[in-house]
Amino acid sequence: MLGRIFSTDHKVIGKQYYFLSLFSVMIGLLLSVFMRFHLIYPDKKVKLFELLWPTGAAGGIMTPELYLSIMTMHGTLMVFFVLTTVPQGGFGNFFLPIQIGAADMAFPRLNMLSFWTTLLALLVLLGAFFVPGGAPLGGWTAYPPLSAVGQIAGPGQGDGMDMWILSIALFSIASLLTSINFIATVMELRAPGMTLDRMPLTVWGWFTTAIISLLAFAVLLAAGLLLLLDRWGGTSFFLPAGLVINDRILKNSGGSPILWQHLFWFFGHPEVYIAILPGMGLISTILSVNSRRPVFGYKAMVGAMLVIAFLGFVVWGHHMFISGMSPYSSIAFSVLTMTVGVPSAIKTFNWLGTLWGGQLRLNVAMLFALGFVSLFVAGGITGIFLGQPAMDLYLHDTYFVVGHFHLIMGVAAVFAMFAGTYYWFPKMFGRMLNETIGKIHFYITFLGVYGIFIPMHVAGLAGNPRRYPDFKEFEFLSDLTRLHTFISHTSFTVAAVQLLFLFNLFWSLWRGARASQNPWDATTLEWSVPSPPPHDNFGGQPVAVAHGPYEYSVPGSEADFVMQAAPVKEPSA
Amino acid sequence: MSTALGAILTSHKKLGMWLFLVSDALTFTTLILCYAYVRIGAPTWPAPFDFSPGILFSTLMTFVLLTSSLTMVIAVDAMRKGDRRRTALWIAATVLCGAAFIALHMTEWRHLMAEGVTLTANPWGVPLFGAAFFGLTGLHMAHVASGIVYLGVLGTGVRMGRFTSEDVEVGGLYWHFVDLVWMFLFPLLYLTAVKP
Repeated sequence: MLGRIFSTDHKVIGKQYYFLSLFSVMIGLLLSVFMRFHLIYPDKKVKLFELLWPTGAAGGIMTPELYLSIMTMHGTLMVFFVLTTVPQGGFGNFFLPIQIGAADMAFPRLNMLSFWTTLLALLVLLGAFFVPGGAPLGGWTAYPPLSAVGQIAGPGQGDGMDMWILSIALFSIASLLTSINFIATVMELRAPGMTLDRMPLTVWGWFTTAIISLLAFAVLLAAGLLLLLDRWGGTSFFLPAGLVINDRILKNSGGSPILWQHLFWFFGHPEVYIAILPGMGLISTILSVNSRRPVFGYKAMVGAMLVIAFLGFVVWGHHMFISGMSPYSSIAFSVLTMTVGVPSAIKTFNWLGTLWGGQLRLNVAMLFALGFVSLFVAGGITGIFLGQPAMDLYLHDTYFVVGHFHLIMGVAAVFAMFAGTYYWFPKMFGRMLNETIGKIHFYITFLGVYGIFIPMHVAGLAGNPRRYPDFKEFEFLSDLTRLHTFISHTSFTVAAVQLLFLFNLFWSLWRGARASQNPWDATTLEWSVPSPPPHDNFGGQPVAVAHGPYEYSVPGSEADFVMQAAPVKEPSA
Repeated sequence: MSTALGAILTSHKKLGMWLFLVSDALTFTTLILCYAYVRIGAPTWPAPFDFSPGILFSTLMTFVLLTSSLTMVIAVDAMRKGDRRRTALWIAATVLCGAAFIALHMTEWRHLMAEGVTLTANPWGVPLFGAAFFGLTGLHMAHVASGIVYLGVLGTGVRMGRFTSEDVEVGGLYWHFVDLVWMFLFPLLYLTAVKP
């Protein structure tokens, strides 16, 4: 039993990551429901709030501080323990070695260490709820000076903030180890014949993401160290002179909160691509499988991923347009930001090109993949608005930004996870998910997320600030009450539908129909081994790859697809 | 095929270490950039200032650390030739140099603290000087200390017949990296602030 829990098998670790994130996403979702509830019923007494937070919600009414701490924990859980963890730690761990024909990761024990460090990081983060003062208030970006001065900045900025930084530092270390493992595995363990241009785009996605996280998390780690020094050592890296907080003059001098913003966003922007690149790889695959056509422009897809990864490191300034930045820098960052649109458009048109003229199989994985493309376009276009410094000055601290990043980074990436779950569940657990429940899940979620996040853009345009615990004191926002009521109720519906997904998942784990080896008629290597795959993936058999990853509708072949591991046909005489 | 696979498998660790060093280099780079950022913004950065015991002392530290890289190179070479006894001996010499570096560095730290430089104070100007100095050298010293433990385990293992020549080489990579980081810190922290 212990051997199965403390396993070095990449497939067990992949499932462990997946369930860790499933746990995190449920908490994160619940927190968002609490927030949306409080926003529209700020005066309603809720027994549950009082039960959970006897001080923060004394009498059942959430204090503004509690609202902010819930927001912080929602963001942190979702960004780190869901968006970063599922695509890479979960699916990547399970499928990367199989898809390149390897028996395991390059460093199986390091892999196990990464998972347990991530779990520890999650526990430390959740521990922030239980320390005196509760969870931190500063959002997932933990901006100084309020994050660097301790308890005087608010109830959660003492011990809770310490826990947050420790958790993120642990998470960074775990992510660094994971990325070392992923890169080494791709570079060294590919089966004979698995040349770079035969790697599935999923593998390219994980590989590129690993490179990004290797570089980005190292910077976040250093920033976290400095923040801890400021908090524990009394230094002033992020604290300027003459700071007055809660009527107290601080003795610090010489530092700058902007420095943290540079460091944080140098990590934070690539983080967006850490969340979405594996999804892009997966969506390309699912679209190709289910339209029975090769991926359109495979090489362009790979190139676009690499370009996006590179550009991700040079656009961090667009998060800081309103922080007081030289207009020249703003223009440079703005132009670079617009440039990201080029590889993104290449990917989008290639996805459309893949679908063009295909015989679409609209299973749930495919529906979520199409949903991903739609959300990616919608979120991307709203990004163009925010990339303009002049527009951003107005929109930055409004709900427009909330709507934008939830569409592109939140929901689009989550759709890729859903697509991955419906697509790979048969391989991971040997059983099929229920397609009918899946379709209900898809349609309500798809309509629902647009119903939540498009109105947020409207609220933002109307000048509705973000991070406010309620709007009752602001007359200019009174017209938006109905809009917020609509958003909140839609979000409750979408949250409820996720229970349907959970039910489908756990019911199918034990009761689902048995999955065949290759239920989707797909070509990549994981479909040429049993579902679920045996301990060493290929049963000790040598793997030889003779075909590209997306050989669908090949003229002259018997089936309408050719497996990557299929032997090369002798030319008939 | 299995031999080809074997040849690839043996180079994992080296690649893994290289990747770790890339990321660790970025962590150091970040700190160095922060140092530059606060130094440029500071009106009264202490340059020149009194290094205590003195810049010659700091140069001696640097020399000791550089020597440790040389002894490590000899250890790697001895291991390649299969001489485990000599390898263990030279790794021990490396550890010794590393420990001497820490001892000397600690002496310097104590002297500076006696003069009133701490994480939060600096008698010659902005307090951030102390923060940057101790932050950067502290992180580096932590790396040297981890390296001593790492090489200690490696050397003992080599003596007892464990580890391959690649393992020693990988240990060497880490040690040289720590040394290299100092080659950046020494000029940036000391030489740009020394009395002409």
